[in-house]
Amino acid sequence: MSDGALQGVRLLEYGQMVSAPYCAKLLADLGAEVIKIEDPPAGDPARRRGPFPDDVPHPEKSGLFLYVNTNKLGITLDPSTPTGRLIFQRLAQQADVIVEDRPPGEMERLGLDYEALSALNPGLIFTSITPFGQTGSYKDYKCHHLNLYHASGHSSFFYVAPKKDKEPPIVGGGWVGEYDAGLMAAVATLAALMARLATGEGQHIDISKFDTMVTLERVAVSGYANNPNPPQLPGMVAGLLPSQDGHVVIVPAQDHQWDALVQLMGNPPWAQDERCRNEVSRALNRDAIQPLLEEWASQQYKEDLYVRGQELSVPIGPVRNAGEVMQWPQARHRAFFAEIDHPVAGRLEYPTAAYGFSETPWRARRAAPVLGEHNEEIYCHRLGLAAGDLARLAGSGVI
Amino acid sequence: MSRLPLAGVRIVDFTWAWAGPQATLLLGMLGAEIIKIESRARLDHTRLRSLMAGPTLASPDHSVIFADLNVNKLSLTLNLTHAEAVEIIKRLVKVSDVVAENMRPGVLQRLGLGYEALRAVKPEIIMLSSSAVGSTGPERTYVGYAPNFAALGGIAHITGPAEGPPTPLSGAIDLRVGTTSAFAILAALYHRARSGQGQYIDLSSTEAISAMIGDTFLEHAMNGRSPGRAGNRDRTMAPHNCYRCAEDDRWVTIAVATDDEWRALCAVIADPRLEDERFADGYSRWLNQDELDEIISEWTASRSPQEITQTLQAAGVAAMPAHDGRSLVEDPQLRERGLMEWVEHPLSGRRLLAGPPWRFSKTPAGIRQPAPLLGQHNHYVLHDLLGMPKEEIQRLVDEEVVY
Repeated sequence: MSDGALQGVRLLEYGQMVSAPYCAKLLADLGAEVIKIEDPPAGDPARRRGPFPDDVPHPEKSGLFLYVNTNKLGITLDPSTPTGRLIFQRLAQQADVIVEDRPPGEMERLGLDYEALSALNPGLIFTSITPFGQTGSYKDYKCHHLNLYHASGHSSFFYVAPKKDKEPPIVGGGWVGEYDAGLMAAVATLAALMARLATGEGQHIDISKFDTMVTLERVAVSGYANNPNPPQLPGMVAGLLPSQDGHVVIVPAQDHQWDALVQLMGNPPWAQDERCRNEVSRALNRDAIQPLLEEWASQQYKEDLYVRGQELSVPIGPVRNAGEVMQWPQARHRAFFAEIDHPVAGRLEYPTAAYGFSETPWRARRAAPVLGEHNEEIYCHRLGLAAGDLARLAGSGVI
Repeated sequence: MSRLPLAGVRIVDFTWAWAGPQATLLLGMLGAEIIKIESRARLDHTRLRSLMAGPTLASPDHSVIFADLNVNKLSLTLNLTHAEAVEIIKRLVKVSDVVAENMRPGVLQRLGLGYEALRAVKPEIIMLSSSAVGSTGPERTYVGYAPNFAALGGIAHITGPAEGPPTPLSGAIDLRVGTTSAFAILAALYHRARSGQGQYIDLSSTEAISAMIGDTFLEHAMNGRSPGRAGNRDRTMAPHNCYRCAEDDRWVTIAVATDDEWRALCAVIADPRLEDERFADGYSRWLNQDELDEIISEWTASRSPQEITQTLQAAGVAAMPAHDGRSLVEDPQLRERGLMEWVEHPLSGRRLLAGPPWRFSKTPAGIRQPAPLLGQHNHYVLHDLLGMPKEEIQRLVDEEVVY
């Protein structure tokens, strides 16, 4: 069996938290060799974010760190020390790709920017991920996920329900905007690897998290750019509906899907009304129709409705929490969750990948590295340092 | 101009709606030639109407949503219910590299265009099928749109006010699925470039969303507990919220991670109440964030999001406007980064569209031509690529095979 679509690609990650580590993880999971560089002594801040087993913080048991760092080798290195910089340069000479997320200008101050490293390794692909990119007047702005998500407009765009006035917009759950940037950076990095197959040349890639998120709402954004005052539409009927045990989401976008929903509801007389005739009339009469749908759905159970609805080809899905997703028979059948054993955190179930490759499947080759786990392997076996050097480098704060 | 990263890659594109077209949109921006297979017998519904109850469109070529999601692509119209159309697809696949589709699982197989059939024609073809919940498993025929994927995948449950209902996210959910597909196709292309081996990729839209909240599942795996909704609040940071500003329905986000940032915030707001012991360290601020948010809200309520952002960022505090569509497109960052581009479409005219999300130093990838009119490239594909004589093409048009 193949060792993965990206076997042989060597990547150096100098990243923290979610975006850059997720970018590198996506490539590592498909077979690239990723060496993750963490600052001594504490390493990636994701190690301190959790979730933790029983809520007790432990740098090797953070669920966030464990998930976004699967299949990587891990070393500690402080590139701001003179020796650390030299070691970083040697690693960069052996790499195909560097993924980094330092504020604009910081890699240059370290002497480790694309210009400096491409002089040593012209084939190097250098992917920089920052909140607002390397240019523009916001480039030095601080930006957490909360700021990023709301600034990109995402919390204001509603498609299946009217926007609620006067209530604060709400940030997307988890770190979704940070994952977005990591995924888009992975797309760009693979494209640069494809370009390099033809030209032999590397290049610099500037990924702005904000640009990424704005383009993920390209239809809405383009709509406003060309018409700042679009007609406010009442929205589609159905959408989010309460059930006895939570919520379901129904999207009867096409007329045949509405007909199927009517059948699922047992053909209530009100659905024969003129107001329900087509998508436009339903939307215009949303205020009258929506309560009827809510009343019906609130007497149902979400999983039962899901199965019965899908049998009629109604686009319906129950709102599920993490545990419900993990117990979903379809996900189990597809082995979307897989156990990975970690020396400290133990055996846990992780999400794998949404793509099943017939020839180069996703594979968990190793759990996330413990801090400095591969120092000896990389520094001694790869770079040829003596074992005794490790203690000296650690003592001087280099690793 | 430099060679684009995917120059020479040809993709036969059966995708429609939003998620699939986002995948080939990105690959097209990267230089692949995208041939969209369409038919008047089964139009991409983004050609038929705008979202929900939008304006009725003058023709399938007047849809601005279609024009946005399909820049750079070519259009070939074929009615796949005709055996001859299926044969034409096979000839096209023979000179192509990738096939992408997001029909209900099983539909292409029934048309004789499943992976096995296409691999028989072109052994090294890469084929991606994107569906609601995957093309294997007991629920493989289930259908869904972006809000359904958000519900099934787990993100709707963790998005929303702490005391309120979940939020079925939508447009960006589809584009996340499409971006995931683009990533998978690129990985397969890279593998094929080095090994000569093609493959089949089965992508679940729901799983693509779950992967982007992966740490949520680790929480359940560790503690048997499912995270809920927390509004705009953070697990450790405070203040961390969306605050009401001066004008109607305007909001600003402020997040403080360190004591230095806290002191900077206090210096700007200059409200003696913030000097209280209840806010003396990060832990106290988190415990007392209700009171803290009230004081901050009083300060933001008389200011604009832009003013607050500039003042706080200058002091080293993370703050940004919470944009809606109208204020977002006025944000100078879009202009400075050149994110929006003018694209001239023969029927909808000149419109601003979002360009590529990335900046390559050597292989600038982006918008090169507008979305195609229905069947605009029939002659190019059938005559120039496949070498069919004009008379035969005319016969196929007359018989509504090319349709």
